[in-house]
Amino acid sequence: MLAIVGTVPNPDAGLILGEALFRQDRLVVDGKTLAVNRGTPALLGAAAAVCGVLTIPPPYAYLAGDIGLGQGSRSLYKLLTENLPSSKISVLVFHYLQPDVDWHNKVLFSIEEMAPRPFLIADAGFMYAAKMSGQAPSYDLFTPDAGELAFLADEKAPHPFYTRGFILHEENCAPKHINRAYTHENAAKTLLVKGKTDFVADRGGSFASIDSPNEEALEAIGGTGDTLTGIVSALIHWGMEVKEAAVKAAKINRLAGHYACPRPDTQVIEIIEHIPKAAKEVLNL
Amino acid sequence: MSFLGWLKNKAQSQKLPDSDKAFDRGLLVFENTTEVIRAEKLLKAQGIAVKVMGPPPSVQSGCDMVITFPMTDALFILRILEKAKLSPLQTVPVDNPLLEPVGLFHIKDFGEHLMVRAANMKITACKKTRRIVNVSGGGCPDVPYLAALMVGKSLDDTPLPRDKGHTLCGYALQLAFEEMVRICSQ
Repeated sequence: MLAIVGTVPNPDAGLILGEALFRQDRLVVDGKTLAVNRGTPALLGAAAAVCGVLTIPPPYAYLAGDIGLGQGSRSLYKLLTENLPSSKISVLVFHYLQPDVDWHNKVLFSIEEMAPRPFLIADAGFMYAAKMSGQAPSYDLFTPDAGELAFLADEKAPHPFYTRGFILHEENCAPKHINRAYTHENAAKTLLVKGKTDFVADRGGSFASIDSPNEEALEAIGGTGDTLTGIVSALIHWGMEVKEAAVKAAKINRLAGHYACPRPDTQVIEIIEHIPKAAKEVLNL
Repeated sequence: MSFLGWLKNKAQSQKLPDSDKAFDRGLLVFENTTEVIRAEKLLKAQGIAVKVMGPPPSVQSGCDMVITFPMTDALFILRILEKAKLSPLQTVPVDNPLLEPVGLFHIKDFGEHLMVRAANMKITACKKTRRIVNVSGGGCPDVPYLAALMVGKSLDDTPLPRDKGHTLCGYALQLAFEEMVRICSQ
């Protein structure tokens, strides 16, 4: 099972658990309809779109309403620590969650009790907590953007907001930042770095870069990084090896963006609609 | 002039030191970032030279942001905060180097649209209509919430991250927003 953990921007949503189905421009989980704007719903929408193309079961969503106060995230953390040890999950993805090192560590302890241990992917707030906890190498894949990579490279920064100025947030520094992140044990086993050029890297450094098609406007569009994380999650869930999945996912995401003819005011749902076509093309289906 | 008025004028005329390692500054530690953002807004409105920074390792309580302030104005500041029911968890002197918030902005001009990035947060607006067309980046749960509130609104009447946000990502978005307003007002 592919399980995706994150939040929705509704303080009254409570916990929403169930298979995530992509219906036209909406996500349906446990009978509840969610807008796909950005954040975890965008990740789920992209993953569900790829699962549909691959005719594999859709992702299972662990969602909570949270607008930044952390209550929803903590409800999810509590649920996960109780339920994960007995869960059968092959790929486990953590996304927009309130960074909380104590809860992160409790969740990671619960994962260590799982048999077999799932493939672990972290992005966004949970990736921040994973780095701050010193447990980044326990993860199989991080999917940072250029700014988040600079944060991973800065061994002293507890959040991207405090990344030191000398560690420039420029994409042409990505290979250097990748090496620095691994030197200080602040990276997962594999990194998929999103940006104008996408990089795939491991402890040996960057071994693949994907830079076409190139649509400048994608950088401005909220959710385009989330869709990339969703696509790579679905490919790994399908059984593709992580490094190949990262390269293919980057190509699918860029191609879907290209087909959307994006402008800076394009919304991410317009790109998700093109993911099935892009996935079929890249995967030769 | 009253004593409080004198204190206030003194605070207004005081410039931030080049380094927040200065020993004439103190730290206000709060329970959560929402309180930090409210306190910063309140104290800045009073003309007090405060600055949001990262907490030093010696501060074990509170959230991921602290407010530095001129120690000489401690009583005046605490009185303002108490009146607003915003009393800090701790008030301590600065005795270690503090983490600086990101100070670099990355600007990208798409022609009709302009994008401003602060740390991990990006905001994009139409230069002509001043309408916010996208918010991206970030990793804390208030980012999708703030995006939902702001996208489609004008720079002039949008809800502000400093009022509606709760995390460091929300604070970074406020910085990006302020830079966008500054550029679009030139």
